[in-house]
Amino acid sequence: MAAEATEEKVIQIVSDQLGVPVEEVSRESKFVDDLKADSLDLVELGMEFEDTFDITIPDEDYEKIQTVGDAVDYIEQRQAEA
Amino acid sequence: MSENASVSSDRVTRSTELRRVAVTGGSVVSTLGHSRQEFWERCAAGKSGVTRIGRFVPDEFKVHFAGEVKDFDAAAMVDVPEKELRRMDRFVQFAVVAADRALKEAGLDKDSGDPTRRGVLVGSGIGGLHEIEEQHRTLFERGPRRVSPFMIPKLMVNAASGNISYLFNLKGPNSAVATACASATNAIGDAFRLIQHGQADVMVTGGSEAGITPMGVSGFARMNALSNRNDAPALASRPFDKDRDGFVLGEGAGILVLEDWDHAMNRGAEILGEVLGYGMSSDAYHMTAPDPEGRGAGRAMTFAIQDAGLNVDDIQYVNAHGTSTPLGDKAETAAIKNVFGDHAYKLAVSSTKSQLGHLLGASGGVETIACLMALTEQAAPPTINLDEPGEGCDLDYVPHEARPMKIDAVLNNSFGFGGHNACLVLGKV
Repeated sequence: MAAEATEEKVIQIVSDQLGVPVEEVSRESKFVDDLKADSLDLVELGMEFEDTFDITIPDEDYEKIQTVGDAVDYIEQRQAEA
Repeated sequence: MSENASVSSDRVTRSTELRRVAVTGGSVVSTLGHSRQEFWERCAAGKSGVTRIGRFVPDEFKVHFAGEVKDFDAAAMVDVPEKELRRMDRFVQFAVVAADRALKEAGLDKDSGDPTRRGVLVGSGIGGLHEIEEQHRTLFERGPRRVSPFMIPKLMVNAASGNISYLFNLKGPNSAVATACASATNAIGDAFRLIQHGQADVMVTGGSEAGITPMGVSGFARMNALSNRNDAPALASRPFDKDRDGFVLGEGAGILVLEDWDHAMNRGAEILGEVLGYGMSSDAYHMTAPDPEGRGAGRAMTFAIQDAGLNVDDIQYVNAHGTSTPLGDKAETAAIKNVFGDHAYKLAVSSTKSQLGHLLGASGGVETIACLMALTEQAAPPTINLDEPGEGCDLDYVPHEARPMKIDAVLNNSFGFGGHNACLVLGKV
């Protein structure tokens, strides 16, 4: 999957799950500080990423994903490894 | 009061005198409408809200019908972000919508007044059964890693109270009651006590239930507790009728705003009615069957009337528990006759469950709203489908449609699996 397509999909998922308009979500958006996600939101977002991109995110990797860009890069990397 | 209260400076003085408790708001989510007025119009006209189940295919179940709320869309009914609504089970959404409407009617918004003097106490018999079933399916089909992080906060019985407290900034008492089908009545009674004793000035209270799910329907059907009248759902709930064959599952919410009388007067609120008394007792007889003589039920009625400082002949209308089960309606009739003596035959007694089905832990909430309407509209709501009274059922059950009459005080009865009996007395302003 092309990087742009991954980014677009991630932004759409983040927008839907967190109730934030797509225009207000960018690669730089921080989940907690900017998008007001709480710890349960992050777990649910992780599940959505796993389902959509057919990857597994181990619990210990959650802390590596602080921004939307982190999520896009992480997903790309996991898909490349597969 | 400051939100950081200290015992020395801010302690609420223990009141020696009981305060009067006003009803200043009330709303419902029900098959007969989602406002008090709409609900009352259809209730008084003798309409039934019982229909074939539409939320799942009921064909392989013994019972195909229920008092199912068909036109509910929380996002369109309350100003709460969809993200928040997704974190609520259906029973919580019902409670939040009804609470929002009741608070608006009472003229209380979350930014005025002292939030530490406002509380919430909403009951539910079961809690988030939809969520339990959905996540249980996910667990077995897709494994434990796919279970939602929101499952626990969605399914808790106290999720209705918790969400109402959070959304409407109620920082006083925050509690919940689970006494099966007596839950809402116990909740309202307990909230009444908190205001009487000065522990809150405003309480949002009542009950909410959404148990019309595959497990809910099959569970009650397997107890042989439900009517099987699949060919005529609207005729199935027929309390006190000789052909009654069990109750009909219902769903919805009934939420009231109770308020310290002086607090309501001082802010110029319209007072709709007064909560006068609350009584409770236990059968200690059987987990699901009522005491055939209704002794526990009778004690709760007596305590509520005594607590109100009334005599039995001060009551004109009784909103019966009246579930349409062969044993329950007969036992309740016996209990009413025991408590009221000769006056029993002068009472108007009716069952709103004939129209809505049985809302379980929410039933006492919508039925207290029906009582409030009886007081404000001066009419006894009906018992529909009562064509021929059954053996042992010889009171005036107000068949088919509402009856205009003078009503100064009403008694509301709710009894639950587990032997719980709860009764409230309300009075006209």
